[in-house]
Amino acid sequence: MTFEFIVGHINYWLFIVLMMTGLYIVVSKGNLVKKIVGLNIFQTSVFMFYISVGKITGGTAPIFPLDMNVDPDVVYSNPLPHVLILTAIVVGVATTALGLALIVRIREEYGTIEEDDILDIERKVASDENRLHGEAMGGRA
Amino acid sequence: MLVATALTVVRTSSLFSIVMLSGVFSLLSALLLVSMDAVDVAFTEAAVGAGISTVLMLGTLALTSRMEKPSRRSPAIPLFVVTVTGAVLIYGTLDMPNFGDPNAPAQTHVAPDYLQQSVHDVDVPNVVTAILASYRGFDTLGETAVVFTAGIAVLLLISGLRRRRDEDDEEERKDT
Repeated sequence: MTFEFIVGHINYWLFIVLMMTGLYIVVSKGNLVKKIVGLNIFQTSVFMFYISVGKITGGTAPIFPLDMNVDPDVVYSNPLPHVLILTAIVVGVATTALGLALIVRIREEYGTIEEDDILDIERKVASDENRLHGEAMGGRA
Repeated sequence: MLVATALTVVRTSSLFSIVMLSGVFSLLSALLLVSMDAVDVAFTEAAVGAGISTVLMLGTLALTSRMEKPSRRSPAIPLFVVTVTGAVLIYGTLDMPNFGDPNAPAQTHVAPDYLQQSVHDVDVPNVVTAILASYRGFDTLGETAVVFTAGIAVLLLISGLRRRRDEDDEEERKDT
């Protein structure tokens, strides 16, 4: 564990801390909108992790001069993670939109966006149905 | 600052400020992406993450509620799970190359080819654009398919909203 090793890895650790914060919000909070925000934090930290893998010290953004005379001495950072993450960001916003639309529907159906309340309503409906079935079967169930 | 913003999201219970904080988080991460040479990703993140996502979330808040109820469950188990996962992930990074290492495996396989060949093959100054639209065009096609599907799904979920509301109102009027 030298100093150099720690400095070279602290970016990964920062992103893991952020990622775990997002995961914690998703797992422990009951509010559905908050869960989506947690999911966004989670995925943004994964994006930053990928980009940090593609960074080269002393490198610059992978854009050539307009006259296309590429100087072989200039170091460019790895463009491949950038492409992958561009795709991932757009897909990410698609999932966010879908999740939010589902929340609107859930709110319409249950009148709440809290996980605990939804579970309570579900349990109540299930037990009511159980009782009805039991009565229909002649009270034996 | 990113960590501080994320932790504030954990503590806050007003959903409106959570949405604003998530916009702040996106902008800060865009700044960080610029400093890591990913300008294309940074402006996508700023436009999509801080712009469109925030608008979508505000729309959802307008249709639902503004405040979060405190959870009844204890935070011990999630905290434990998160700590264990984080520890395992950090253990996994111990084998990784240093930040900015030019000889890392990620830098030595196809990336130099893309950088050298794209001038002749595609003749576009921005290598990211060249890879996105040319070398990995099928990925982008798949991405548009995903976005299209998501758009249709959102429309299907939301479309009946106003109609159903009107029907409910009419029923209530009949009842009274």
